Amino acid sequence: MKIAVCLKRVPDTTTKIVIAADGKSIDESGVKFVPNPYDEYALEEALKLREAAGVGETVVFSVGTDASQETIRTALAMGIDRGVLLQSPGSPDGLETARALAAELKAGGFDLILFGKLAVDDYHHQVGVMTAELMGLPCITSIAHLTLAGGTVEAEREIEGGIEVATCALPAVLTCDKGLNTPRLPSLKGIMAAKKKPLEVKAVTLGAGTLTTLSLALPPERPGGRVVGEGADAVPELVRLLRTEAKVI
Amino acid sequence: MTAILAVTEQREGSLRKVSLEVVSAARTLADAMGATVDALVLGHGPVGGSEGLGRYGADQVLTATHPQFRLYNPDGYAATIAGLAGSHAFVLLSATATGRDLAPRVAAKLGVGCATDVTTLVWESGKLVVTRPVYAGKALQKVRLEGAPAVASLRPNTIQPTEKPRSGTAVTVTVPSFEGRVTVKAIKAPDQAALDVTEAPIVISGGRGLKEPGNFQLLEALAAAFGNAAVGASRAVVDAGWRDHGAQVGQTGKTVSPGLYIAVGISGAIQHLAGMRTAKVIVAINKDKDAPIFKVADYGIVGDLFEVVPVLTEQIKKLRSEG
Repeated sequence: MKIAVCLKRVPDTTTKIVIAADGKSIDESGVKFVPNPYDEYALEEALKLREAAGVGETVVFSVGTDASQETIRTALAMGIDRGVLLQSPGSPDGLETARALAAELKAGGFDLILFGKLAVDDYHHQVGVMTAELMGLPCITSIAHLTLAGGTVEAEREIEGGIEVATCALPAVLTCDKGLNTPRLPSLKGIMAAKKKPLEVKAVTLGAGTLTTLSLALPPERPGGRVVGEGADAVPELVRLLRTEAKVI
Repeated sequence: MTAILAVTEQREGSLRKVSLEVVSAARTLADAMGATVDALVLGHGPVGGSEGLGRYGADQVLTATHPQFRLYNPDGYAATIAGLAGSHAFVLLSATATGRDLAPRVAAKLGVGCATDVTTLVWESGKLVVTRPVYAGKALQKVRLEGAPAVASLRPNTIQPTEKPRSGTAVTVTVPSFEGRVTVKAIKAPDQAALDVTEAPIVISGGRGLKEPGNFQLLEALAAAFGNAAVGASRAVVDAGWRDHGAQVGQTGKTVSPGLYIAVGISGAIQHLAGMRTAKVIVAINKDKDAPIFKVADYGIVGDLFEVVPVLTEQIKKLRSEG
């Protein structure tokens, strides 16, 4: 079982967003960066499948600047065998990222290529499925349950008001949702071992992309902060306000 | 004449509500740019509701029928849309479970970028410019789509469908041959009555303040009293296993924009606020008067949720029975 996991370095979800002077990006000073939380489900699934298979290899890929090396090391500390940084300046759009990954993964001979369902920074839900499309591979997105048997994938994904059950053949691309597993924490031994694991850095040239960010702004502040009253006695007034003032019920 | 391709969604042969949102958004934009709207319906037979798309502004209703289109068919849908996209200025889908899977497939086939979960769209100098929440709504990004035809998906519940009648001329389109790499076998545990938090007009979310999973029945009862509400949850209670991840509102869950959001026993961590701050009206019920949730709430009640919620449920029931 040879499994690739694609990983993105993102700001921690507790980050308070401050807009940078260019008005198009976030101010990164003081921001803690972590592996994208959804990618951790992909990493855990890769490790579980590799352990169950008994043989094979797990490789983590990331498109980004040199800073992503630290993120890759976190994956290696969890137990991934080796890492590849596709080094690119700036932050390419989803299609350019997918193109870089597809070009790199094409010759890798992977049975499975795993992604997180989305990155918690740009929220695009797209690099995994675009990579699959460019490689001509089947892709099931946002999976919360996975069964592998005889070269066939069966996966479940949440849809509005139900669970969709989908199948495809290996090799395949899957994007992982919360609920698939519980990601392990790197052990101290793992962290030590990760320092010696191979991490290859390859410079990639990316196109200009087709998404141009014109601006980034904080959402308008909600005026909010009006306390109607205390305890159950305040309920009639709340209901009145929702009916006559907010007109939502 | 320029045309917009608006991709609708059906389940079990019936058009879903998001379809009207996507057609209506396309109509508004088409009027501003002097374009027409083609609504696309994909199914394995007649789709109930598709005859009404003209009322919401479709000039043409394109129907692509295929025996394998009873359930979602990622490869077949993507091939059909990509085949039609070339004669359109841009393709607009819904940012639903299906649309989020489908839009990037179409974009990759066309070799263009894709903007997911957009909340506003304008046409500027022959290009689509959109706003989309990033960092789970902690910031708003304005993006110009340079590729043609552009591909974007509209976040559910962000626009109210409005009637702007056009002819809605029925046109049959051919499904191109495609390689069906993924097969959707079934939809499990379909609960037609349960509303998804991303689509419900009213969302009632619970947090740690509910003390134990069984107490969510208080919120279920309130949701039932409203009749059109979904029950959501904070990350803390999802991580504790009290509720399914599908109900989680916040940065590692869902971002919701209902007309009314009621946060019960939720303190309001930054990740949670990010996921619900675009709700039109926010109500907070919490015993801690200093909880951050009160800073974003339009209306707050400081008090014991176990006393407040049942009274609220009774009042809503009464209101509903009075019609």
